[in-house]
Amino acid sequence: MAYTEEELKKELETKEYEYGFYTDIESDTFPIGLSEEIVVAISKKKEEPEWMTQWRLDAYRAWLEMEEPEWANVHYEKPNFQDISYYSAPNKKPKYNSIDEVDPELLDTFKRLGISLDEQKKLAGVAVDIVMDSVSVATTFKKTLAEKGIIFCSISEAIQEHPELIKKYIGTVVPQKDNYYAALNSAVFSDGSFCYIPKGVRCPMELSTYFRINQAGTGQFERTLVVADEGSYVSYLEGCTAPSRDENQLHAAVVELIALDDAEIKYSTVQNWFPGNKEGKGGVYNFVTKRGICENRAKISWTQVETGSAVTWKYPSCVLKGDHSIGEFYSIAVTNNFQQADTGTKMIHLGKNTKSTIISKGISAGKSQNSYRGLVQVGSRAENARNFSQCDSLLMGDQCGAHTFPYIEAKNKTAMIEHEATTSKIGEDQIFYCNQRGIDTEKAIALIVNGFSKEVLNKLPMEFAVEAQKLLEISLEGSVG
Amino acid sequence: MELKDKLVHAFMAFENQLDLDHPVHEVRSAAIKTFEKQGFPNKKMEAWKYTSLKSLEKIDFSLFPKNSPSLEYSAVKEYFLHEVDTYKIVFVDGVYSSYLSETTHQGIDVCLMSAALTKDMYKPVIEAYFNKIAPLEENLTALNTAFSKEGAFIHIPKNTQAMKPIEIIHLATGAASALMLQPRNLIVVDQNAEVQIVERHQSLTENEVFTNAVTEIFADKSAIVDFYKIQNDAHTASLVDNTYIDQKDHSVVKVHTFSFGGKLIRNNLNFYQNGERIDSTMKGVTIIGDKQHIDHHTLVHHRQPNCESHQDYKGIYDGSSTGVFNGKIIVDRLAQKTNAFQQNNNLLISDKATINTKPQLEIFADDVKCSHGCTIGQLDQDALFYLQSRGIGKKEAQALLMYAFANNVLASVRIPELKRRINALIALKLGVQLGFDL
Repeated sequence: MAYTEEELKKELETKEYEYGFYTDIESDTFPIGLSEEIVVAISKKKEEPEWMTQWRLDAYRAWLEMEEPEWANVHYEKPNFQDISYYSAPNKKPKYNSIDEVDPELLDTFKRLGISLDEQKKLAGVAVDIVMDSVSVATTFKKTLAEKGIIFCSISEAIQEHPELIKKYIGTVVPQKDNYYAALNSAVFSDGSFCYIPKGVRCPMELSTYFRINQAGTGQFERTLVVADEGSYVSYLEGCTAPSRDENQLHAAVVELIALDDAEIKYSTVQNWFPGNKEGKGGVYNFVTKRGICENRAKISWTQVETGSAVTWKYPSCVLKGDHSIGEFYSIAVTNNFQQADTGTKMIHLGKNTKSTIISKGISAGKSQNSYRGLVQVGSRAENARNFSQCDSLLMGDQCGAHTFPYIEAKNKTAMIEHEATTSKIGEDQIFYCNQRGIDTEKAIALIVNGFSKEVLNKLPMEFAVEAQKLLEISLEGSVG
Repeated sequence: MELKDKLVHAFMAFENQLDLDHPVHEVRSAAIKTFEKQGFPNKKMEAWKYTSLKSLEKIDFSLFPKNSPSLEYSAVKEYFLHEVDTYKIVFVDGVYSSYLSETTHQGIDVCLMSAALTKDMYKPVIEAYFNKIAPLEENLTALNTAFSKEGAFIHIPKNTQAMKPIEIIHLATGAASALMLQPRNLIVVDQNAEVQIVERHQSLTENEVFTNAVTEIFADKSAIVDFYKIQNDAHTASLVDNTYIDQKDHSVVKVHTFSFGGKLIRNNLNFYQNGERIDSTMKGVTIIGDKQHIDHHTLVHHRQPNCESHQDYKGIYDGSSTGVFNGKIIVDRLAQKTNAFQQNNNLLISDKATINTKPQLEIFADDVKCSHGCTIGQLDQDALFYLQSRGIGKKEAQALLMYAFANNVLASVRIPELKRRINALIALKLGVQLGFDL
């Protein structure tokens, strides 16, 4: 019989499937795609109790009903959620056998950040003994904390060992159904950190995920929960100052902070995920939900330095529920090349005599778009709420954009709200002044940017501030001239 | 029947009364299709997040009142700037009242949209300007375009100065129990010409009125336009005012909006700068209370270099009133050396009043100076105490402070009688005798 057109069509239709299936060789990676089975499997893999599995499933079902948000001022190709593998065992095999194999560009960046050789090896994934050292460091560190009654461990560990705390607090600040990415995260989160500071304890050191990162191998869906009990204090650092050449296209993390009466949480982030190459290809999508709740006289302070990611979508927020509570937000967002950032904060004033401060510095260079989006909301019962917001943008080059979308909603007559925003560029006279004194243009710009961001950099813990400063310089390199 | 369906059905009958061969016929037909597709704006749209027209959509508005009663000048005199000589274009229930009006064709054209749309001599102007800056895809503007028939038409030719201010007054008599009006104004100010315009919407009874107005203003090179909007309508009147302004090189356009009355007011004020060294100013004073709702949406689109824009909106909110301010400044990449300033200050007087404000900047050029400031607060207690300690009653002291708060905006009003009039309105609104004139 002759080969008809009809048959050809049919054959072409079915042909795709030959390659469409993906056969997994590594046993510890789940097949790609997302379904209830996968969610249950993740939960099982982590040996979670029944209630946790159910919690994840609730989130998954809610996620199915939700639509991906489009309101942000960013444009990107939406990730296909069925193309992602939602669980991958930590890669124990070293990526490289010797440091010579590592991308020299990466090493150069490390060097300029002032990271020691051993550390460099570790960060680049080179097999060295230092990893062992790090574990031991982490262990001694844990001992000090345990003496004070502080719990600091991975969230999977916490689900096993402190289920009562997790059960009580998880999802209370960012509910499963909060938004599209938070729901996704709640369903499939692979790991993250948990921290509990008991009543009246002042955490003696800066807690950092840095120590744990090799140990737990946190994945692309992190979940962090920090609970500061009455009268306690903790300063928490997150992120990695070295550029992580992460292949993962999507990071949807959730961070929940709970500051009970009189407690204080200081949360600092330095984010430098892969921003894509100079042509705007690749890079990480950073869709993060971060929120904290303040009880009476509590204080939450967010500090962030955002220099990486192709697309950032992040609004660390404070719910000022208790009377006399304080929320602060200090941010520097730098975008270069084709990066897009839509970031800001929400300050929800509910209690009486609540105060909030927002200082946001946006620097855009190259062909990037940098948006500040913030909400200051004063509820009808929030007597004497006070807010001060300042959003400054610095533009470098005529191809980039800076945008501000501040929403202010006041329902109480005693509210005092101030908002200021400015947009400007680096003055030629400022650069000329520096040049005149023998400082070359690149250095001059670094100096001016540093001055511009000083208010925020000052809020970072010492070690972080130094690195963040260098990071700013590197991110903006080549953006002028 | 919901208002949308009613409007769409009424369109056929409306069109049949008019000349179907006129080029505007095409424009109207396209506009009604847009409106039919989009309907009324709803709260899901970002620009209408805080303002709902739902309650208006349920009212059975009469669209084309049959007969409008004639009014005696003495009955409506107070709504005119009667102290000075002015040109007047007066509409009663949407129908032109030749008795109350004073139009002209001497040197300048101050006449009617209906004349401009039908007479051949105006065809070139209509073809060049009608519906040229009003966005085609904007629901309420499209609705107005579909029913555009009557309104004010003002044309100031090259190098001419309008010697008298022009008043555009829309009166609603309440003869129909609920009335919807859609006036359409076109103002063309040619090169180097100058004009002052005062617009007012006023209903004379407590009957429900819904006005959806569109005004297009074209300011050619070096033209000067002063536009004053007085919004002090009855508490049953709602107004959606869409104003679109196209500016050419060196032109100066100032729009002042004074909002005291009305149930629901939505002002869409849009400036498009299509030339260099342009100055755009928009200022507003809002004093409302009870359940009044006001929504100011402004847009300044800087498209060319070396331009300026100044915005200053002051709001005083009492009762359970709601105020919305959304000021958007867009600076295109081409628009280097732009100076754009925006200021929005609000006073909350009562516990139940609400303010939602969003000063928004979208900047694509690097050599610019743009800033916006926004505050929400109360009267300074120390200042209040100071005045009281000098024997000024609390109420008067408060009024004095509020008056001072709004005074910046008043300072730039260039018609002294109008300034006095607004002063009096503010004093009335604040319920005090100020005892002085500024």
